[in-house]
Amino acid sequence: MQESVKTKRLVVRLATAAVLMFGFGFALVPLYEVFCDITGLNGKNFTQGPAAITAVDRSRTVKVQFVTVNPAEMPWEFKPTERTMRVFPGEDKVTAFYAKNPTPEWMVAQAVPSVTPSEAAQYLHKVNCFCFDRQPLDAGADTEMPLVFVVDPELPKHITTITLSYALYDLTETDNQQVTLRSQDNDKGRASL
Amino acid sequence: MATVDVDLPHVKDEDPHHHGPAKGIGRWLFTTNHKDIGSMYLIFSLCMFMIGGIMALIIRAELFQPGLQLVEPNFFNQMTTMHGLIMVFGAVMPAFVGLANWMIPMQIGAPDMALPRMNNWSFWILPFAFLILLSSLFMPGGAPNFGWTFYAPLSTTYAPESVTFFIFGVHIMGASSIMGAINIIATILNMRAPGMTLMKMPLFVWTWLITAFLLIAVMPVLAGVVTMMLMDIHFGTSFFNAAGGGDPVLFQHVFWFFGHPEVYIMILPAFGIISEIIPTFARKRLFGYSSMVYAVASIALLSFVVWAHHMFTVGMPLVGEVFFMFATMLIAVPTGVKVFNWIATMFRGSMTFETPMLFALAFVVLFTIGGFSGLMLAIAPADFQYHDTYFVVAHFHYVLVPGAIFSIMAATYYWLPKWTGHQLNETMGKFHFWLSFVGVNVTFFPMHFVGLAGMPRRIPDYALQFADFNSMASVGAFIFGFSQLVFIYNIIQNVRVGEKATAQVWEGANGLEWTIPSPAPYHTFSTPPKVD
Repeated sequence: MQESVKTKRLVVRLATAAVLMFGFGFALVPLYEVFCDITGLNGKNFTQGPAAITAVDRSRTVKVQFVTVNPAEMPWEFKPTERTMRVFPGEDKVTAFYAKNPTPEWMVAQAVPSVTPSEAAQYLHKVNCFCFDRQPLDAGADTEMPLVFVVDPELPKHITTITLSYALYDLTETDNQQVTLRSQDNDKGRASL
Repeated sequence: MATVDVDLPHVKDEDPHHHGPAKGIGRWLFTTNHKDIGSMYLIFSLCMFMIGGIMALIIRAELFQPGLQLVEPNFFNQMTTMHGLIMVFGAVMPAFVGLANWMIPMQIGAPDMALPRMNNWSFWILPFAFLILLSSLFMPGGAPNFGWTFYAPLSTTYAPESVTFFIFGVHIMGASSIMGAINIIATILNMRAPGMTLMKMPLFVWTWLITAFLLIAVMPVLAGVVTMMLMDIHFGTSFFNAAGGGDPVLFQHVFWFFGHPEVYIMILPAFGIISEIIPTFARKRLFGYSSMVYAVASIALLSFVVWAHHMFTVGMPLVGEVFFMFATMLIAVPTGVKVFNWIATMFRGSMTFETPMLFALAFVVLFTIGGFSGLMLAIAPADFQYHDTYFVVAHFHYVLVPGAIFSIMAATYYWLPKWTGHQLNETMGKFHFWLSFVGVNVTFFPMHFVGLAGMPRRIPDYALQFADFNSMASVGAFIFGFSQLVFIYNIIQNVRVGEKATAQVWEGANGLEWTIPSPAPYHTFSTPPKVD
């Protein structure tokens, strides 16, 4: 019957649309990453490695604040050695973060950075950062983890303060499982894990 | 809608191939009849409305006074979560699907839905979905307690163990909604009576066609987001876990990409119902039929580009805030078209105020109030003050309770004589209306004030200065809650007794469903009517 053929075709199309939209839900994940990468939204976009910056802009200074966050189950002591710095855009700066593992067990952690305002994220170049790698610490051990960064002289004039926040995550359990994932990420030169 | 002149060959159940319903429980389990399935959806929705309502009353009882009196904070959170989930997915959505099942075939002159067996299935998986969801209340750790919006990581890393049951429940409801939507689209596009062109369809059919497309577009995204949660919880992925490179803000984007169209899924069929009822009791044709259709379509399209107005405070860049602010405000334009068209329909009409009309009028006024508070929330800089306060609660309850729920009640009273064959008891109907109308406003209006003053939502306790308005809201909630017993009484009484209804039922009613006798025979339009 003509009618039932028409209905069947329509139902197949609609069901396909539903399946595609299910896929689209998952496609939003990489799309979101790409979107944030391109636009630098969400404070996620960090350029790392030596930046091609020669001139230092001595006409203004930018206040850089350091903030650390421990998620609920993270027992480490984790804090910046300096809370704020005044920097000239274009100038290489070095600072360090203190971490201590007070537990009686060996642990691995990694810091995930975030920049506020997110508009500033793409102007904060990290030449070297402890957040690029995992940080293993023996029971009771402590360490100072270095951060070398430079603020791009292109930074829009209305931004006078940049806050760099690190959340430190316990990766002891997942360490072995995710080694491959991590090395791939490093190949691509991604800052966030 | 255009006046429909119908040439009816026969509508009675005289054909020997036709038969009445089967006997016993089997009728309901195996039925493929759109009227049976519609009734089951409506009864199911009413049960869920009562369960969700009891949860709301537990919430309001706790909030009657500051301090903790009745329930533990964790149980309070379970109540707010379950109340939201049950009302959205269990009460409002199935009620509209039930009305669609009953009315769409009768309004377009079709003998049944296009896919009657799938129709049976899409209903019968629903009770199981909600059994799964409700069973989580009795599990160790309790039911989901992370709010109906289930933001990660609260719903993943910090969730009670029962979250997995919640996820499967949502999967099943999603499957049910998608099947229902496919069925409705197939029915509307392929089964219209000869002469029933798209632009002659009643607005209830039009709004449901557009709603069904919205459902197909966004319910799979909801299924996707809960699947990601499931994988984060059980399979070690890190979609929403920052420690693994994921992002909790991503959850909010994906959720609201579903969530905003979802709120229109709950209001567009209501627009359709109101557009049926107002012309009937104003005894005039609907003003601006085609502009109504285009307004609904543009609201549906805009719903896909406004989602981030739910998350102005996550730290979006200014460009994003401005875009989502203006896109949201743009929706006020087609919505305004609809409100003005309803008013223009009533203008110089010879109006009467039967129960369905009272609910429809209350809808127009109170939904507009909810729309205006929505506009206030859309102002990004002001939203930082309103965000997550009772002002938001007041806003969405104004659009959902006197909006969606009142439209469902209006539809029930409007079409009940057609379903049962008994005229409405107007006195009892009006009694129910006035109790509900007063109850709703006493409940939700004070919430605007405490919200603006800074009372956060989803808390079991609050600062003393909010005490008066909260006790007022609680009194209103109990009035509204218990007045629904009158609603149930009215329905049961109407099924049992009442003056015999004519086919026309309402003097000013227009459309194919009023050409068949009341109660509507088990099979209608086996031979399609001809619409000129």
